[in-house]
Amino acid sequence: MNAFGTELDGARERRVRSGGVELCVAELGDTTDPTVVLLHGYPDSKEVWAPVARRLQERFHVVLYDVRGCGRSTAPSPLRGGFTLEKLTDDFLAVVDAVSPDAPVHLVGHDWGSVQGWEFTTVRRTEGRIASFTSVSGPSLDHFGHWIKERATRPTPRRAAQLLGQGARSWYVYALHTPVLPEAAWRGPLGKRWPDVLERSEKLPKGPYPTASLPTDAAHGAWLYRDNVRERTRRPRPDAYAHAPVQLVTPTDDAFLSERLYDGLERWAPGLVRRTVRAGHWVPRTRPGQLAAWITEFVDRQEDGTTAGPVRRPLSAAGKDGARRYGQRFAGRLVLVTGAASGIGRATAFAFAEAGARIVAVDRDAEGAARTAELARLLGAPGAWAECVDVSDEAAMEKLAARTAEAHGVVDVLVNNAGIGVAGAFLDTPPEAWRKVLDVNLWGVLHGCRLFGRQMAERGEGGHIVNTASAAAFQPSRTLSAYSTSKAAVLMLSECLRAELGDRDIGVTAVCPGFVATGITSATLFTGVPEEEQRRLRERTTRLYGRRNYPPERVADAILRAVHDDLPVVPVTPEAHGLRLLARFAPRLRRAVARAEPRL
Amino acid sequence: MKTGASPHVTEDLAGFREVQRLAYACAEAVAAQLVPGMTERDAARLQREWLRRRGVRDWFHLPFAWFGDRTAFTGFRVPTQFFPSGRRLAPGMPFVLDLAPVYRGYTADVGYSGCLGPDPLHARMLDDLLDHRDLVLRGVRERRPLRTVYEDVDRLMMRQGYANRHRAYPFGVIAHKVGRVRDRRRSPRVLGFGTQALKGLASDALHGHREGWSPLWSPYRFSDHPPAPGLWAVEPHLGFRGTGVKFEELLVVTDSRDPEESAFWLDDDLPHVRRRQAVGRDGQEGTGR
Repeated sequence: MNAFGTELDGARERRVRSGGVELCVAELGDTTDPTVVLLHGYPDSKEVWAPVARRLQERFHVVLYDVRGCGRSTAPSPLRGGFTLEKLTDDFLAVVDAVSPDAPVHLVGHDWGSVQGWEFTTVRRTEGRIASFTSVSGPSLDHFGHWIKERATRPTPRRAAQLLGQGARSWYVYALHTPVLPEAAWRGPLGKRWPDVLERSEKLPKGPYPTASLPTDAAHGAWLYRDNVRERTRRPRPDAYAHAPVQLVTPTDDAFLSERLYDGLERWAPGLVRRTVRAGHWVPRTRPGQLAAWITEFVDRQEDGTTAGPVRRPLSAAGKDGARRYGQRFAGRLVLVTGAASGIGRATAFAFAEAGARIVAVDRDAEGAARTAELARLLGAPGAWAECVDVSDEAAMEKLAARTAEAHGVVDVLVNNAGIGVAGAFLDTPPEAWRKVLDVNLWGVLHGCRLFGRQMAERGEGGHIVNTASAAAFQPSRTLSAYSTSKAAVLMLSECLRAELGDRDIGVTAVCPGFVATGITSATLFTGVPEEEQRRLRERTTRLYGRRNYPPERVADAILRAVHDDLPVVPVTPEAHGLRLLARFAPRLRRAVARAEPRL
Repeated sequence: MKTGASPHVTEDLAGFREVQRLAYACAEAVAAQLVPGMTERDAARLQREWLRRRGVRDWFHLPFAWFGDRTAFTGFRVPTQFFPSGRRLAPGMPFVLDLAPVYRGYTADVGYSGCLGPDPLHARMLDDLLDHRDLVLRGVRERRPLRTVYEDVDRLMMRQGYANRHRAYPFGVIAHKVGRVRDRRRSPRVLGFGTQALKGLASDALHGHREGWSPLWSPYRFSDHPPAPGLWAVEPHLGFRGTGVKFEELLVVTDSRDPEESAFWLDDDLPHVRRRQAVGRDGQEGTGR
């Protein structure tokens, strides 16, 4: 008995006959809604999709079936030759005719499900039966065959490296071609150990998955490889063009498939929509929310008949590459930025908006935050909202976290950016100034990390936290004791948090900008000077920063890169890099610099 | 119109207005001819030819055209990048035309922003740009130092969420003085700038240096003086993530004590001003084209 009852509650089950086997088909949701067929991979059964199916069933008629020989479907006899892609296509058509006889279905495949999906989407006899195809971690064997051929016949160093890299990742494919041994392993020790292996390598939580049928599923599934891989990669079909729109979801840390495998895929699937996610191979288990959101968006777009999606703005040649990279990762994600009414926060909100993310712009300046949200929408954010909150106010932050989760869901990227400046000698800095700067610069970050970090951890689908520290976190200074202290604390907090949250796939970054032309200088509190002098100093530093003219947009770019590549500490300006080097390799010089009094 | 300006300005306002209208008519005519695939050089040539056919022989500077993210001066570091390039226009792209003809001895310097196809962001930026038209006029009427007015403009742009792109102009100017130019049979140019006009600017700079003012309106100390009487070509320029919009038109500054007469825009019947009247203050439609 498998864990059907606990994983797919309320599913209607039926059996469909196809070419001598009986397929176990489960349906969820209203049959009048558009049909989404979820197809599992190897060595899985349809239950692998349970978390995604539950999220989709409100909107769609969700259909899952066990591939022949897996789960509660029967196996062909004999096994050899029973798993060819042609026969799997027969199965698919039989299921689709049973569950959605009148309308084409939206197909989603993971791993071998996706390999099958590519076959269904590129052969003629399924034309008109598939409305869209979302491919997760599974290439078309034909495309793969062409990919190998191109690299083997015209090997440049890069192409050869790609070929060797994928060759090494495919070790299990060769292993599965060995007779009898794989079956024995699966039915024996490997089958028993598999849940532990998954837990350790893929960080899959222990639970009802994999189901009890795993050893048989895996043993039968070996024939998927034996019946198809060699045949197709040696003689790939030359006409494997997709006849339905395709969305490709690529996990970046997939142990079995290289990202490079999908280079040039647009040739086979025109108008391909690409999405990348920082995760391992089993995305349906580890990122069900994200996957469900992308599936929903893609299916909706096909159903509405609009191919445009959100507004696409013409980009410069230089900006295109970054925009494509970031668009693939951040489209539709929820990004919350504090201190978003100006400077780095605002520029960061805009950069994420340009990548298609949804934005929550938080600032105590309500008007500025509203303005940020408005421009973010004009830049192409599918949604942008302004929130007027003081980050140092614990109760207000708690309310914000609850409100955001309720209205928009759990935040995917949190940017704790709000900060204030205080300058002046330690002996001139009154306790109130200390309290104020620590309240905003440190406690604000703490509240953000605590509240939103917990939400991210509880959701269990990863995420990222960016804390804006400062180059002042590396470099002591006699005139910035309060500010530097607060920022150094933020840096240390970020590093500690990164160590802790890494296990939950939540990345943490400390960004250390340097002298950037933002509004912080015109609001900096200069302690120990009369009011008139204070104003003069503010104007003077603002002018100096203005002359330095390092735009906040470049800090925003660094933040997007840091989130995309999961970087720990990111100095941005040349002086920030310099001060960091100084702190590491020339501590005495660093102390000498600290003693210098800047002339203002 | 009677003003207390220096005499050559007062008498000649009609002449300046005429050439400014001519320049804007040219910008509108050329903007209407722009189609995808055209290069900036094509657009600049169209402007030059249009004005030549109407009798323009001398220039303050030759016409410029910027397409796409070049409207926001993305990556501009050296002055040669200002000159029209081979960048091709694509659907949805913003463009800026900047032309400064000299006609019958009168100079105009105008800027015109448009977009090939509707773009709500571009429309929004054009709306916001007009706030600077009011802000500049207010500051000049109050006789505040030009550097301070400049900083006000800077601050408003920052508040609006945009970057100040006129900082990328030579000396970071937001405006420069223009004046009458003597009609000569030959009108040689240096790097796209008319020598007659440059001569005028140089002589202004010389006078100004003695009297403590500058013909360039910049964020630097040499602009720390109240507005000097004369005609100023004012060109606030907003940039926002690869989209830029600007206008440029003539502001008349006189030495009158009456605030209304002390400074005014030479002409209110210009495309970007008419646009505001057409769509209303909060209108979202229109592409500026």
